[in-house]
Amino acid sequence: MSDSANPLQRDPQDALAPDAGETSGEVIRCDACPVLCRIRKGQSGACDRYANLEGQLVRSDPLLILQRTLDRGGAVVPFLEPGKPWQGDLISASNTFVTGVGATTTYPDYKPAPFIVASKAAGIDVVTVVTEGIFSYCGLKVKIDTDRYLGPEQSAVRVAGEQIGHVTSAEYGSQMLALGGVRHLTGGSKKEGNVTCNAMLRLANREALELSIDGGARVLVQAGAAPVVNDEREERMRVGCGSATIGIFARQWLGHCDEVIVVDDHITGVLTEHQAGRFLDMRPGGIRVRGRKSTPGRYFKVAQPGLGWGGTDITDPLSIIEKIDPATAWPGMRVLMVSTTGDDAEWFVLDERLRPQKAPMPEPVRKVVERIAENCEPALCSVLFMGGAGGSLRAGVTENPVRLTRSVKALLTTVTCGGAPVYVWPGGGITVMVDVLRMPERAFGYVPTPALVLPIEFTMPLAAYREMGGHMEHVLPLEKALERVQFRAEAWRAENPWPVAGDA
Amino acid sequence: MSGPASARFSDGRLHLQHGPIDLVIEAWGMRTEVEAAYAQAERRFQNILPSLVEELPALRMPIREPYPLLRGVVARRMVVAVWRHRATFVTPMAAVAGAVADEMLAALVAGRVLDKALVNDGGDIAFHLPPGATLSVAIAHHPRRPALDAGVTLDWRDAARGLATSGWRGRSHSLGIADAVTVFARDAAQADAAATLIANAVNVEHPAIRRAPARALKEDSDLGERAVTVAVGVLPADAVCAALDAGLAAAAAMGAAGLVESAYLALQGEVRLLEPPQPRTIPALDCMTQAHQGRIR
Repeated sequence: MSDSANPLQRDPQDALAPDAGETSGEVIRCDACPVLCRIRKGQSGACDRYANLEGQLVRSDPLLILQRTLDRGGAVVPFLEPGKPWQGDLISASNTFVTGVGATTTYPDYKPAPFIVASKAAGIDVVTVVTEGIFSYCGLKVKIDTDRYLGPEQSAVRVAGEQIGHVTSAEYGSQMLALGGVRHLTGGSKKEGNVTCNAMLRLANREALELSIDGGARVLVQAGAAPVVNDEREERMRVGCGSATIGIFARQWLGHCDEVIVVDDHITGVLTEHQAGRFLDMRPGGIRVRGRKSTPGRYFKVAQPGLGWGGTDITDPLSIIEKIDPATAWPGMRVLMVSTTGDDAEWFVLDERLRPQKAPMPEPVRKVVERIAENCEPALCSVLFMGGAGGSLRAGVTENPVRLTRSVKALLTTVTCGGAPVYVWPGGGITVMVDVLRMPERAFGYVPTPALVLPIEFTMPLAAYREMGGHMEHVLPLEKALERVQFRAEAWRAENPWPVAGDA
Repeated sequence: MSGPASARFSDGRLHLQHGPIDLVIEAWGMRTEVEAAYAQAERRFQNILPSLVEELPALRMPIREPYPLLRGVVARRMVVAVWRHRATFVTPMAAVAGAVADEMLAALVAGRVLDKALVNDGGDIAFHLPPGATLSVAIAHHPRRPALDAGVTLDWRDAARGLATSGWRGRSHSLGIADAVTVFARDAAQADAAATLIANAVNVEHPAIRRAPARALKEDSDLGERAVTVAVGVLPADAVCAALDAGLAAAAAMGAAGLVESAYLALQGEVRLLEPPQPRTIPALDCMTQAHQGRIR
């Protein structure tokens, strides 16, 4: 659910009334630049870019427009402001997209949402309805690339002691967290709601935030950055599970190793026993590892999860060896033990009594270990915002809201968040999911409800807008729309598809 | 805390921003000279805001005897610009934008051979016009609806090397009700101070005008509890004339004292001009009046 009634929006007259800001006496000091303005509630600083909203320093952002530069190297000017004659030549309908960033903020000069802009695209009249949606039904899906153990599934994820979400499924090389959601935002205590809102806001705006997981780890999360688990920075994702690693590198080990054991918290692989080793006609090594055998050469639960080798609690790799079969193994047998990221590796040679003895790793083997590391992708945290844009937000677009939903489902209407493409969930409503890294920086705001505020744009052909019962009387040509608001321009992100159809 | 930012427009102009300072800089000439000039400006910009901030409390004080002795180059330019206005209430902050523009222009052109150059600090503009150069300027009455309300062409033989515009809708608060007062002066700091004070003088008492203590709008305002204009409704013609005439009187006094070259005062469709000392100084002034009537471009 979302709500188009916007508590951020104020009557410009009220904002300028003589008694504005004097009711509370609360003054904050802005540290955005060396001027260090003292800003009273409801006021903005000397630059007019930072303001005191209910005791919080917020950017009172002008409407953000995104501009494609026709030659890729072209620079785009930040902080364009109207009233300056040089900007006219930069704005043209074919390269400008108005985002919902700043569409409804406190800035007193704004025309409230919906902000309905008509721009021409390849001869088709195109309409973009720009608004900032307020989402109390929203959450973040966080993917943390790590094999380290973060905590049991369903465990509470906390910030400042408050539960803001929980640990959900583990995916291949990653742990998923579900944060926020209406039950933490408005269903719990006031503090829980505020902490959750603030945590979501910070993560969505690409700030780093430490989360602590009940019965698990502390993890520092930041969109687009490597996770830091219990103060240890995760460098790489594992190349695959232990079994997959065996499958990928078996041929490269052939002739250099007699046995390879890939230690992993999920599936530990044993080369000569594994399908891949058999396929290469490798002589069985007779080393039996702990844990439960799944299929030949693949073992579950060789150790407890932890922060050691391959996401296990193992620090001495030999501790996972249950026994070495004297009938099969032989003195001089060369054994590589390696983790699934290549971070940890040891080379052993069995002595006369078939005891593994540490030895210097031969160069060809070291190369393959390095190749495992090389094939591990950088470990990152990904933050996806998810929320439902159904509800009354749609009323800002059309008198008959279900037609907007249908138009989105029929792909006539493109939904974007700050110009970033979104995934629209099947089923009822307009439930969208968007990667915060593809949105403009600091695109998210909040209201004390608590709920998140984020830009959302609906772009469609003019005829389709008319048909769905759109507010035709509010449609403005792009140039006119930009005349009446404060705005700034940023460069279009080349990785995002241009939402205005028919315009390459 | 964010530091100075530098960017280039797609057409090559330099954009510098730090906190509330936002500059658009353009130089004309040989490419290598222009690039060297931009590099000089960028270097100079690093310390502009930090050094201003060091003396901010003094710069927010009303100017009065004795002459305030300040360290910063920009701060000193500000004091010079407001000193001769000390009979009325004014703080050096009235000239901050112009003084920054002047200092940045000086850094931009030092040792460079340029055909022309300008530093635009949010509408307060310092320009460099070597022999032969001209500069055309458009004036907009309403910052939210930029229209070409008047046009001026400046000639290198004119004395003006700075221009500034003030009005109640602008970023700085005004005690007056002018839509726009544009002043040409010998440098941008002088123009800035004069435009501020002339715009303050364009004033009249009328119920359609709403005012608020400056500090209720900006806690740190150098205007303290003084009532600044927050809204101006439609005024009767006699009120418009009275306000403009008050402003023109202030402008004329500054003109006689050599503090301004010429000025253009606009309020609700009415315009007053302070003519430059010699008629030829700004030949395009005729066109200004026409521009206002016919909106010629």
